[in-house]
Amino acid sequence: MIVRRSLAQHLLSTLITALSVALGTGLVMSVFAINAQTRKAFTGGDIGFDAVLGARGSQLQIILNSIFHLETSPGNITWEQYKEIRDDRRVKRAVPIAVGDNYHGFRIVGTTEKVFDNRYKVREGGRLFDASRREAVVGSFVAAKTGLALNSKFNPYHGLIYDKSMRHKEEYVVVGVLEPTNSPADRVIWIPIEGIFRMEGHVLRGTGEEFIPEAGQEIPDEHKEASAVLLEFRSKQVGITLDHTINRQGKVATLAWPIGKVMGDLFDKMGWIHRILTVVAYLVVVVAAGSILASIYNTINERRREIAILRALGAKKRTVFTVIVLEATAIAAIGTIFGYVVYAIILGSASLVVRAQTGVVLDVLQPHMSLYLAPLGMIAMGAAAGLLPAFRAYKTDVAEHIIPTS
Amino acid sequence: MPLLEINNLVKSYIAPDGERTTILNIPEFGLEKGEQVALEGRSGSGKTTLLNIIAGILRPEQGTVRLNGVEMTSLSEAGRDRLRAENIGYVFQTFNLLQGYSALENVELGMMFGRGVDKAYARALLDQVGLADRIHHRPRQLSVGQQQRVALARALANHPKLVLADEPTGNLDEHHAAEALDLLRGICDEHDASLLLVSHDPGVLDCFERRTNLSDISHVRETVVA
Repeated sequence: MIVRRSLAQHLLSTLITALSVALGTGLVMSVFAINAQTRKAFTGGDIGFDAVLGARGSQLQIILNSIFHLETSPGNITWEQYKEIRDDRRVKRAVPIAVGDNYHGFRIVGTTEKVFDNRYKVREGGRLFDASRREAVVGSFVAAKTGLALNSKFNPYHGLIYDKSMRHKEEYVVVGVLEPTNSPADRVIWIPIEGIFRMEGHVLRGTGEEFIPEAGQEIPDEHKEASAVLLEFRSKQVGITLDHTINRQGKVATLAWPIGKVMGDLFDKMGWIHRILTVVAYLVVVVAAGSILASIYNTINERRREIAILRALGAKKRTVFTVIVLEATAIAAIGTIFGYVVYAIILGSASLVVRAQTGVVLDVLQPHMSLYLAPLGMIAMGAAAGLLPAFRAYKTDVAEHIIPTS
Repeated sequence: MPLLEINNLVKSYIAPDGERTTILNIPEFGLEKGEQVALEGRSGSGKTTLLNIIAGILRPEQGTVRLNGVEMTSLSEAGRDRLRAENIGYVFQTFNLLQGYSALENVELGMMFGRGVDKAYARALLDQVGLADRIHHRPRQLSVGQQQRVALARALANHPKLVLADEPTGNLDEHHAAEALDLLRGICDEHDASLLLVSHDPGVLDCFERRTNLSDISHVRETVVA
């Protein structure tokens, strides 16, 4: 009762202090949860492929471009290179992709229907595209943002950045909308790779010379190109062998493998951002603990008479001490409850941005150690912050503060 | 056996000029069970100090204070706190009610550190002092007389064997003072609690069969240089 009454009596300072605690706890939980979830999504998520074969260049750029649909392609590989890897018995699945167009900023990826493994489900009434037609399968996020639905017709735009003057004349029809996968695939429009080859203004340079296919003309394989080939191996050993063959001995292509490690290296290089954010979050927590200390410490002077009265009524010194520590703990506990709200707001906002940029969805409810440890740590710090004012209250001279004397 | 026995009690303090001044020197003083005593004395003579020593809030340099057979001065501070919480009710001139608490909660505070809170008894006490319809009022919502009645109820909340009252009518007008005094004495009587009341007011002092002047029991003879 005493703790509750005291918090109520100093409601404004209690709320402001609890708010600073909420901010600190929410920040710590958010920094750790966002880092853990994004790292898992980009390095350990169920991508469905083991490696990507791309043009000679950066492994990271190849993966960002072909798996996460970010960045530009470092260049193209020939159709011969694709067929060679496709026909390798150690390779279980090889899916060529070609990029270079968009629809209102959402990337259009030319590919084969092999890209759709059992992770993809087409919404009821839809189907996968026919490789010989101008048909498209749309990711769930694209559908939600652009309004593209079953039987919608659209014209692709040239380039990866939307420019309304770059509209292609070819018209595509949506034959399928994918269920959400919470992966970068949600932000993609899939069309047959043949469509990319034949798109108005596209030039094929598979032989080194420019080739523009005529309508109805079959395109010889030597002119075809792919931005990359997504690969699924029959065993992990295959990756080691191909890495040696393609990356160390070869000079014409790059095998980005293993995907998780390449992305993990990126996160490690960017780790300083996480460390800075962590330090900032911890500083806010320290400031919050300091504000608990200051707010209670400052009230002790005005509460000395109240403390003296309680002592005169028989309250032991250690009871008074405990009351003050409990007060600090209660403020920290109230703050941490609001901290979950702050966490939900931060993670929800971050999720919107991350999803819009990458297609990866952050889950507010996904358990993480920080969701337990940060509040517990904050409550412990709150209790510790209460020790100094509690000691001050403990030392209150009862006779001196029970006034007046006669 | 007397309820309260004081023997050879000496209490001094250090004055601002550095001198140790003896404020109390009581060879013997006592109070029987159920007895009501008025203590008078000039301002600054140490009446409040004596009450604080009896309550165990202050400790004398010498002497013994025995309450209901328990030697208080030999107890630790926590032991004295417990003894006070279970045996002593204290009424102050300024009431010392906690402003953030209702009348009922103030009375409950008087129980909290002793035998524990008994809400029904707290309500009954407030009923007895005529505040049954004011139990949820905060002190500032009550008149001065009503506040003192809450303080009386609180002093009796722990079923005390001894009630110490320090100028309990000092802040009340004549009418309310008489009313509060009657109430205090009547309630102490009813609850079989002894009463030691400090006052300057001759009208109050005259109500008591036993009146003691502190100068008669405290022989402050010398000033010791610290």
